[in-house]
Amino acid sequence: MSRKTSAVVLSGNGTNCEMETAHACRLGGFDTVDIVTLWELVNGDASLDPYDILCLPGGFLDGDDLGSAKAQANRLLHTVVKKTGVPLFSQFTSFIKNGRLMLGICNGFQLMVKLGLLPSLSGVVSQQVTLTNNDSGRFEDRWVWLKANPASRCVFTKGTDVLYLPVRHGEGKFVASDTEVLDELRRQNQIVLSYIDPDTQKTTMKYPDNPNGSQLSIAGICDPTGRLFGLMPHPEAYSHRTNHPRWTREQLPEEGMGPQLFRNARDYIINNS
Amino acid sequence: MPERIYVGPKAVVRDALGEKIRAKIIADLDIGTINSVRTAAVYVFNGPLFPADLVALAEGPLSDPIVQDYTINRTFCEAFDWMVEVGFLPGVTDNAGRTAKEAAVIALGRTFAESFSVHTGTQYFFFGNVSKKSIERIAEEILANTLIQTIKIYSKDEWLKVHTKDFPAPVVVDTHTAPLFREVDLNVDDKALAAISKNGMLALSLEEMKCIKAYFTDKNTANDRTAHGMPASITNVEIEVLAQTWSEHCKHKIFNADITYLEPGKEPERISSLFKSFVQKTTSLVRQKKGAADICLSVFKDNAGVVKFDDTNAIVFKVETHNSPSALDPYGGALTGIVGVNRDPFGTGLGCRLIANTDVFCFASPFFSGTVPPRVLHPKRVLEGVREGVEHGGNKSGIPTVNGTIVFDERFLGKPLVYCGTLGLMPLDVGGRKGWEKKALAGDHIIMVGGRIGKDGIHGATFSSEPLHEGSPATAVQIGDPITQKRMTDFLLVARDRGLYNSITDNGAGGLSSSVGEMAEDTGGAVVHLERAPLKYHGLEPWEIFVSEAQERMNAAVPPDKVAAFLALSQEWNVEATDLGEFTASGFLDIQYGETPVARLNMEFMHNGLPHMNLVAKWEDRGAGAQAAFAPSDLRADTLSLLKRLNICSKEYVVRQYDHEVQGGSVVKPLCGAKNDGPSDAAVLRPVLDSFEGIAVSNGIVPRYSDIDTYAMTACAIDEAVRNACCVGADPSFMAGLDNFCWCDPVTSAGNPDGEYKLAQLVRANRALLDICVVYGIPLISGKDSMKNDYRIGDVTIAIPPTLLFSLVAKVPDVRRAVTMDFKESGNLIYMIGITRPELGASEFALMKGMAGGTVPTVRDPARNIECYTTLFSAVSEGLVRSCHDCSDGGLAVALAEMCFSGEMGAQIDCQAIEQSGCSSDAELLFSESPGRLLVEVETARAGRMETLFSRLPLRKIGTVVKGDAIQLRGLRQAPVVMLSRIDAKAAWKSTLQF
Repeated sequence: MSRKTSAVVLSGNGTNCEMETAHACRLGGFDTVDIVTLWELVNGDASLDPYDILCLPGGFLDGDDLGSAKAQANRLLHTVVKKTGVPLFSQFTSFIKNGRLMLGICNGFQLMVKLGLLPSLSGVVSQQVTLTNNDSGRFEDRWVWLKANPASRCVFTKGTDVLYLPVRHGEGKFVASDTEVLDELRRQNQIVLSYIDPDTQKTTMKYPDNPNGSQLSIAGICDPTGRLFGLMPHPEAYSHRTNHPRWTREQLPEEGMGPQLFRNARDYIINNS
Repeated sequence: MPERIYVGPKAVVRDALGEKIRAKIIADLDIGTINSVRTAAVYVFNGPLFPADLVALAEGPLSDPIVQDYTINRTFCEAFDWMVEVGFLPGVTDNAGRTAKEAAVIALGRTFAESFSVHTGTQYFFFGNVSKKSIERIAEEILANTLIQTIKIYSKDEWLKVHTKDFPAPVVVDTHTAPLFREVDLNVDDKALAAISKNGMLALSLEEMKCIKAYFTDKNTANDRTAHGMPASITNVEIEVLAQTWSEHCKHKIFNADITYLEPGKEPERISSLFKSFVQKTTSLVRQKKGAADICLSVFKDNAGVVKFDDTNAIVFKVETHNSPSALDPYGGALTGIVGVNRDPFGTGLGCRLIANTDVFCFASPFFSGTVPPRVLHPKRVLEGVREGVEHGGNKSGIPTVNGTIVFDERFLGKPLVYCGTLGLMPLDVGGRKGWEKKALAGDHIIMVGGRIGKDGIHGATFSSEPLHEGSPATAVQIGDPITQKRMTDFLLVARDRGLYNSITDNGAGGLSSSVGEMAEDTGGAVVHLERAPLKYHGLEPWEIFVSEAQERMNAAVPPDKVAAFLALSQEWNVEATDLGEFTASGFLDIQYGETPVARLNMEFMHNGLPHMNLVAKWEDRGAGAQAAFAPSDLRADTLSLLKRLNICSKEYVVRQYDHEVQGGSVVKPLCGAKNDGPSDAAVLRPVLDSFEGIAVSNGIVPRYSDIDTYAMTACAIDEAVRNACCVGADPSFMAGLDNFCWCDPVTSAGNPDGEYKLAQLVRANRALLDICVVYGIPLISGKDSMKNDYRIGDVTIAIPPTLLFSLVAKVPDVRRAVTMDFKESGNLIYMIGITRPELGASEFALMKGMAGGTVPTVRDPARNIECYTTLFSAVSEGLVRSCHDCSDGGLAVALAEMCFSGEMGAQIDCQAIEQSGCSSDAELLFSESPGRLLVEVETARAGRMETLFSRLPLRKIGTVVKGDAIQLRGLRQAPVVMLSRIDAKAAWKSTLQF
């Protein structure tokens, strides 16, 4: 009888994917899955503490008006919880210190990056990379092929080889502050997912296989521990074969490719407690 | 002094926005070389900030240290040739400004005075040797819309001279010196009455003005007014309220008019209300026919229609148009259109979760090369602006845009059509109450939730009730704010589930005037205190507050004992809610500002006092006449040319920029096939993720058929929507329809001599709606009419072709049985359902060849059509159907080519095998647009079963799917008449809209 696992999906203020992300957590085997709104955290009516994993779902926080997730990052960094008087962000840092997991998808990934939670090279929490306007200058919804880095410590992609998932963003181009940062990401195997050309199976800078022009075709990265993971593509959008754009013409397993990432997270929690 | 922070990409970083602008300039404007364009965001802080604050904000929320630099109160760029700064006019919604202000308050941790405001703009730095004239064109034709934005142009030297100086912030100046209301004297002659309406943008007819005059001169009115401290004569607040309430937009006067219909050789026919006689009648007949199988829960009476979905949920659906604002400001108009229609299902019953958007646009050709008439924007700019507006509205609202189309016709130059639709999922039970029912009770408080009130959108309802003319007000244009609305709807769903309100409706056209007026009908009165209304800025007069169409607002009717809980919850959720007064049973709408009463209107008069219109409709056959003979031509070349036509070609570049998968229930996407780029017939989605019950959403629209007969146009639009849904596996016994009429002015007047014919076209369209929907068993659950889609400036008049959009939602009992249109496997058989007739009238082929007249595609046997569709559904349910696609625009040849290149397979077709009647040429067989026809792919092994199912129906085996690239059609004389590579076909189909 393994221990019970619990996931929280943070919603509100412009998130859009909380429901399907919560659904993916359930498919991944989490016993408790709650959708908690930012406002409940701010008021102190809820906290991250009871949960094993925090999911930051896709959306348009504050409309991405100041650049994707910028205003929300500012909000989390400077808000004090009404009922306790404790800075809201300390909940996030202690959540991480206590070895919990965090997953940022699309807008959630942008938020983690702009908070400095990813890649947090050598554990430093400050912004080292960013996600900016696609080279196309457009928001685009298209499915892409991804290759997982087998050497990565990311707990979510354990045993994953390639993934086929949709990207739905206008600001997904991964850019690092300098080449040292890129080298360090590579050295530490913090590059978890890369856009690939489905024919060659090699990483690519070619549009549209690389939909945004990301450096090193980076689609997702983790922190040095592998417990914090962010990616631009949407695993929660491929939970069943009928989500696949060609499911009417291809033989596909009943379950999509998304739930396994969440299952891996659950298994990690159980095996490490 | 206002402080300025500039933020832009570092010099070493690619400027995606700048490159996009440069590409646009090269593509759209023929001017000198622009070597490059750099951009910077401008933040103007109108409030007390210290230098340290500015640095904190610039380095904090406003800039991204990895890719951006910033400057404070000095230029962002040193070297350039020209700089254009674009900002908002005072009072125009500035979403980034609102977010920046919020961010500043949070980051600085101080409270600021009410007057503290933040404004945003963009600076464009141009590198290149071009004249100021050219820069002015770029600014006006690409960068800004002067209706809502300001443009400042500087040469390098000019800008560097002044860049450190003070620039005023675009704040609204308080002009509010006027008294709380003005009295309007209606005791004047008719000429003067008409002038009052025209000059006041009231859009009230003389007859209506006289009716108002009569009400105010009535003894009882007079006595009642003195008793309640109102002046004898009408106040400007009251006349504005009546103008909104009685506007064509809100009261649908034409659809409720008494009409005499004249047709040569027939007895004159009296029609009392098109709405009652056709639209409503359709639904009641269908519901009777269906009996226990009736799926309607709420039709016509609410903001959207509601039908059963499964044991616990209902589907809510509404489609709106936002044509007039989109003509003036395509981006703002369309954004407001989508965000606005989202509030309709949300404001239905007790509210619902929004699960899908649809959008259908009608434009003139983006390649239009003639001279664009005054106050009209070039069609390409309209297309791009509308596309982007819906993109931002839909994507940021987290609602998938699942279905739509774009129709092109030169006559949409004067007025584009922008249809936006929204579907919602409503619980059948909300805490023991029926989710689809609502009723405000006397004593309930009127609580306005969401955005604040500004001058934006004033006169939108009256404006859209007139043709576009010189005086059309810029204030009717506004910009939606999806995030403020998202916060509001998130909050309201919680309030709903806690049972905190009895009724809810949205503030759309007519603002509070319409919404409070409508809700007050439940109780028979209301008292409103306008001084409590939250304003965006000072300087609004009471009438402006009451009719403003400022977006993102809804009203809830909250019982007295729940008001405190409601307001507390709204605060927790960071949503503004204001108690504006209460609903009463007084029989009057009373409006006060402080202690001063400014309006008192009898509810009965407000809602039922307006005079009935009496109109004459005169039909004459203008379109037909025999088909002009056409020279036999190269049918392969014709097929390729058809695939390139605007109404047929790929719309992928638009579709990709809409999120069509958010919420995780996407089953059949707008694009399908081997390369994810084939044109799906309809969308299928699963609104409940742990269930496999789904819905199909489709549409039908063919305005070009109106040139011959609007009856045929309507019948074919309905049939196409139904076929599209059936192609993906929808259950024809579980469908609901929405009718959205966009017409050219059917009321005869000096400026509109042809009104009687246009009204006859409207009558015939309504008759088709009744005839076809009753036989197909489709209840109409909601709809809308927009009757004044004309452009009239100087001697230029452009009327749109009469257009009906038929939107359909249908049940897909098990989405795992859904079908797509791409060929799946070589060796499979290709069947055609339906009969092909020589119906090339107003077809894409006829338009391409410039052929007038001919027989318009006609729904001749609706009973057999629906039997075919029902049988097709059985075949789908048995898993016999591998792919299915409808034959419509461009006929068989186009449908077949699309199935081939989407599935990356070839096909061999024998036209002699087609079931046809009267076709004497291959062109007719290939390109006729006869309705009721579908192409179906079936495995050889299942062919027997398929043919048994259709034994008594028109089903013919016409060919096979083959390996390779070749699409081959054999003609009436057995010889191949088309030999076409699917690769060439696809290239042609994709070549047209490559923006």
